[in-house]
Amino acid sequence: MLSKASSGNGVTGGASAVRPFNWRQYIVYIAFVGVLIYFSATLSDDGFLSTNNMLNIIRQTAIISIMGVAMTFVISAAEIDLSVGSIAALSSLTSAMALESGFGILGAIVAGIGTGLIIGLINGLLVTKVLIPSFLVTLGMMGIAKGLAMWITGTAPVPIIDKTYVFIFGSGEIGSIPVMFFWTLTAAVVGHIVLKKTAFGRRTLATGGNQSAARFSGVNVSRTKLYVMLGSGMMAGLAGMLYAGRMHSGRYTFGEGDELSVIAAVILGGTSLFGGVGTVIGTVIGALMIGTINNGLIIMGLDVSQQMIVKGLIIILAVAFGRKAINK
Amino acid sequence: METPILEMRDISKSFNGIKVLDNVGFELRKGEVHALMGGNGAGKSTLMKILTGVYSLDSGKIVIDGAEAQIRAPKDAEKHGVSMIFQEFSLVPSLTVAQNIFLEREPRTKLGMIDDKACVRRTRQLLEELDVDIKPDDLVADLGVGYWQMTEIAKALSKETKLLIMDEPSSSLTKRETEILFDFIGRLKRKGISIIYISHRMEEIFQICDRITIMGDGKHIVTAAVNELDMDSVIRHIAGKNLDKFEWKERNGIAKEDVILEVRGLQTNNRVNGVDFELHQGEILGIAGLMGSGRTETMRALFGIDPIIEGEVHIRGRQASIRSPQDAIGYGLALVPEDRRVQGLVLEHEVRDNILLPSISKVTSVLVNDKKGDRVAEEWVAKLNIKTDSIYKESRLLSGGNQQKIVFAKWLANNPDIIMLDEPTIGIDIRAKTEIIEMVRSLADEGKSILLVSSEMTELLAVSDRILVFHDGKAVKQFMRKDISSEEELQHAIQGF
Repeated sequence: MLSKASSGNGVTGGASAVRPFNWRQYIVYIAFVGVLIYFSATLSDDGFLSTNNMLNIIRQTAIISIMGVAMTFVISAAEIDLSVGSIAALSSLTSAMALESGFGILGAIVAGIGTGLIIGLINGLLVTKVLIPSFLVTLGMMGIAKGLAMWITGTAPVPIIDKTYVFIFGSGEIGSIPVMFFWTLTAAVVGHIVLKKTAFGRRTLATGGNQSAARFSGVNVSRTKLYVMLGSGMMAGLAGMLYAGRMHSGRYTFGEGDELSVIAAVILGGTSLFGGVGTVIGTVIGALMIGTINNGLIIMGLDVSQQMIVKGLIIILAVAFGRKAINK
Repeated sequence: METPILEMRDISKSFNGIKVLDNVGFELRKGEVHALMGGNGAGKSTLMKILTGVYSLDSGKIVIDGAEAQIRAPKDAEKHGVSMIFQEFSLVPSLTVAQNIFLEREPRTKLGMIDDKACVRRTRQLLEELDVDIKPDDLVADLGVGYWQMTEIAKALSKETKLLIMDEPSSSLTKRETEILFDFIGRLKRKGISIIYISHRMEEIFQICDRITIMGDGKHIVTAAVNELDMDSVIRHIAGKNLDKFEWKERNGIAKEDVILEVRGLQTNNRVNGVDFELHQGEILGIAGLMGSGRTETMRALFGIDPIIEGEVHIRGRQASIRSPQDAIGYGLALVPEDRRVQGLVLEHEVRDNILLPSISKVTSVLVNDKKGDRVAEEWVAKLNIKTDSIYKESRLLSGGNQQKIVFAKWLANNPDIIMLDEPTIGIDIRAKTEIIEMVRSLADEGKSILLVSSEMTELLAVSDRILVFHDGKAVKQFMRKDISSEEELQHAIQGF
């Protein structure tokens, strides 16, 4: 071979081998710090900075973060999953019904996660075998899962009285830290490692970055897509169980509109809507930022309509800055 | 004699101080079909880009219909009645023929709405005039590729075009479609439309063109009527002026007798129509042929991209079943594809990630061992002399030659036995080209077996032990390198005579 080990123009390691700074990946951290500083300065007297309020924000954003972790994979693979909110609603009911029927916590887990896995599998198969775009598949599935959720109990909520379930899945606290924090942390850490440090993660990013090149490189593109859709369904199933645990019941209204919050968190976090670039940590920060804005605006006393407008503006601005910075 | 419709006088153009056009002259008569020929890098496309306003000229003059024309932007070219029909068609498949033809300049009603009736009427009139068998209401998506091209031409003519430039118009067409196109070109000619016809297919050129201009190395070489030239003289003119000179070099290793890959009666639904050949261990087998002769498609089939519908592939004496690239990789195959930007690289990903993509499982136990991965990437960056600040740089920021080396690196890191190269030096600078040619040689010396598809004769002749010529989806001829005395001889075979 052309053995020119160190002719000076190859990579020499050391100082030159640092990754170039990528604005898109960091804009969310900057924005998040900015939001924190702003609210701290203006709302410090109103208890924004209190530990209690901070934990509140984490508690409120956990479910979005957890679905966001899986959605990061979906979007990194240049697909989308609009059915996550509906899956969460349905699995909150199936796990509550499993408890009600005496199958115990294990039964509830099987029912809740299983619901997500089955729908995720159907989504994935339709995308990879029938070759329907994921946008359409999951748009349809969004309606089907929601309809099923309304139908199985005739829109009635299913109460949960199992204390252990409620503790583990959402309402408990360890020390004074809510279990939701640990769920978020676990999802984020596992998700981050899988995306950045496993062959599957690399293949997911390659598939989203250039499906054709990935295929020509021997990546099983359709299996990769099947797995990301499956993963998204599974995490939405977990999210439904967490809704059920927090609210002590299963309800078809849970998760309504969550798909959009989840996608917003993912994109805000620095994942490319066109695939190929993804960051799980960014997604969690994105979710936290949206939660913090919500929280701050409520404390400021803005009503729901004003909150929605301000939130929308901030999301557009953050993404716009990220784009501008990378185009330089 | 009447004034020519187009005269390009003493056109010169340089990029970064390198002269790509050197006082080139070109003349086109009214109602003439004029072939423009020359090897890669001859300057044909630069000259046409100047005429269509994509590039501006450094010096020289363009005279259209006797008056000097200032062409600085594509819009100016359109104003002067110059249109180019591109290989990648610029039609919207989901719209009708009429909607495509009048796209962005639809006739309006008095109320300012689009006048669909007028649009259809004028299209029908146009199509009748051109005697094309398409209806204005046909969806473009439903038309065959041949008719796409005619729609494209009709669109150009609806804009008062008098000068058409066609670039390899028959390369994506079947024989039948080509005949229809040639009839059509005949009619255009009679209507006084002048055509510049860029092609490598001499058979066609002698069939439909009036005159031929040959360029080489950025210079005008010859212009003559077709009956003053024959194929030999054309080939001689083109070959004599090739930009790149690669010489045959004896290699250290020689091809062994063992057949590593045997292909029998290979057929796909994509232009591969009964391909037979065998590849020996350590051999470089060149594959020559015109565009659309099934060379690329054979590689695709062997790599599991296009499904094989008929035929057998034997690897190391055993029948192989290749249904996906994963299967192909499992048999020790690698493919450096034709289009590195689309098929070869994830451009926005780091050099390292691109290099590791096919062999990621080799540096992974449960988690990817990044240290090991970095080492592998650095090793290949150094070995192939890839010029990059770091292995973490996004691949899109590298030059074409270095990008192509990344594609080589990603396969070599996976240690394949059979390496298929599809136009490996296309669009890269001469230095990188030389390096890649040298690399192909040393790979064969190491005992790798290589299939090399190339349209560059000098390249094929410089490294191939044996050359197959493809025509209409088959391997029709075979030459041992030592039996070929000149580039001309190979050209003859490729042209199918």
